[in-house]
Amino acid sequence: MSSPHTADQAADLGQGPAASMIAIARRQQNQDFWFHKLTMLFSLVVLFSLIGIIVSLILQSLPTFQKFGLPFIWRIEWDIINEEFGALISIFGTLASATIALLIAVPLSFGVALFLTENCPVWLRRPLGTAVELLAAVPSIIYGMFGLFIFAPLFAEYGQPALQSTLGQMPLIGPLFGGATNGIGILAAGLILAFMILPFIAAVMRDVFEIVPPILRESAYGIGCTTWEVVRHVVLPYTQKGVIGGVMLGLGRALGETMAVTFVIGNSQRLVPSLFAPGSSIASTLANEFAEAGDFHLSALFALGFLLFIITFVVLALAKLLVARNEKSKGAKT
Amino acid sequence: MNTALYQRRKLANTIGVGLSMFAMALGLFVLLWILFILFKNGIAALDWAMFTQSTPAPGSEGGGLANAIVGSILIVGFSTIISTPIGIFAGIYLAEYGDESKTAAVTRFVTDIMLSAPSIILGLFIYAILVAQVKHFSGWAGSLTLSLIAIPVVVRTTENMLRLVPGSLREAAFALGAPRWKVATMVTLRAAQAGVVTGVLLALARISGETAPLLFTALNNQFFSTDMNKPMSNLPVVIFQFAMSPYDNWVRLAWGGALLITLTVLVLNIVARVVFREKVSS
Repeated sequence: MSSPHTADQAADLGQGPAASMIAIARRQQNQDFWFHKLTMLFSLVVLFSLIGIIVSLILQSLPTFQKFGLPFIWRIEWDIINEEFGALISIFGTLASATIALLIAVPLSFGVALFLTENCPVWLRRPLGTAVELLAAVPSIIYGMFGLFIFAPLFAEYGQPALQSTLGQMPLIGPLFGGATNGIGILAAGLILAFMILPFIAAVMRDVFEIVPPILRESAYGIGCTTWEVVRHVVLPYTQKGVIGGVMLGLGRALGETMAVTFVIGNSQRLVPSLFAPGSSIASTLANEFAEAGDFHLSALFALGFLLFIITFVVLALAKLLVARNEKSKGAKT
Repeated sequence: MNTALYQRRKLANTIGVGLSMFAMALGLFVLLWILFILFKNGIAALDWAMFTQSTPAPGSEGGGLANAIVGSILIVGFSTIISTPIGIFAGIYLAEYGDESKTAAVTRFVTDIMLSAPSIILGLFIYAILVAQVKHFSGWAGSLTLSLIAIPVVVRTTENMLRLVPGSLREAAFALGAPRWKVATMVTLRAAQAGVVTGVLLALARISGETAPLLFTALNNQFFSTDMNKPMSNLPVVIFQFAMSPYDNWVRLAWGGALLITLTVLVLNIVARVVFREKVSS
């Protein structure tokens, strides 16, 4: 960065500068002052919109929290007619579908990133990498439509019966796979979400894998490590925090995703201890009920939105801290 | 040489690498399958009427997406006009004054949070401050919501691209006695032009497919309308409503619309890449 006092210095250096020179310097100093303030104003727009979001969510959800207090978070009722609201069903749906999505997407995207950085023939690296990045840009509503029209019928006919006859027979987790097999539900939403966040997490992982200094990787290969050992004992430890950060970013996406979930989760406000049962997430509840909601119902929906915001805010802030730390420690090592 | 150990390591490697190839194959298969279904159903729905007629009433035959396409272009267009200058100026601030001030550090953190905040929350915010106050849904509300999504994207790419400009270029301009605002706008910004354009295109691609925040802001309009002050039809919301409907011609139109927005998003992404690559190679 260069000195901010260029104009002053120019004025001071000259031996008896002409008055016009000083006038120009003054004017430019003035312009710089306003330029600074103007650009700062625009960056404050971003800052204030986040503050505005938090304040407006709190204000709008106040009536709900006044009536139910903190127990709103773990109340099960969601009765629009009697205005009895609780967030547990939606929170459960949100967390359950996002957890399923992560359990499937993380190992798969790790595999994809490993393949792209270690095993892939060089000529295929770029096209496949670009394909993964482009797929991360496909609008989420497409995943939702695919889930509803193509995946759900197939899942009901083949996937769910197969799960029921295998995992469903196990002692502890058996009940999770019980109930009617109609293709939509929390598990289906989790699966669709998994493939939606897969390209996203894979792209982040590939990026962090690529920043491992070649010398580290080559030293490991040089002492006779296999590809798997290099990735497991050199690449992963080196990029650990970046990988976790990428996973958390994917989690943030899965938690707040609306469209891919709304199509396949079933949108039911009942708590059934089965992953086959239709449920609802915070985002899907908002998408379904918001446009037709009355005053108090609206406030309850804002309260749900506020909870979603807090959950994702915490996840994103953690992700950012981890990624930042990773970058710092990297700087120290190289 | 310990053969057993060697065999075990080799086996672990084969399993690990094999699983990774399986993951790549499975991932690609599912994603290509999704695209295949989209193109199959979407192309079947494409016809001239889709671009000339408005969305059909429940139960009536035919119809198109003309009002939704125009509405989407208007909403996305205005939000690009709103978000581009804000994003670029904020990006300049972060790149030029970012190392000196606490405001910049906080803004950078907030931008990253906004970048991946759930879009539906942004819709709630605009609903609370605009729609609930004027008591009707409007195209403007939709545009503002999408701007909130686009601004962080533009800010981040602008800052990153400005930081890539070599310091010597800046210093040369300062040495000639150029004031800071001139250096920022006429030297660094110009040098980073292609990167900044890439950022704007990526933001455009991102908001073109956004559905959730428009549900509470622009809503929908069954008729052709270019009045940004009224509820406005737009592709994502029409796709959402039509895909969930029981009418066959509505579902068909939903696939057609889905193909349109996906193509738009993919083309914008590819153009952004080409613009950026040309800059790097030159």
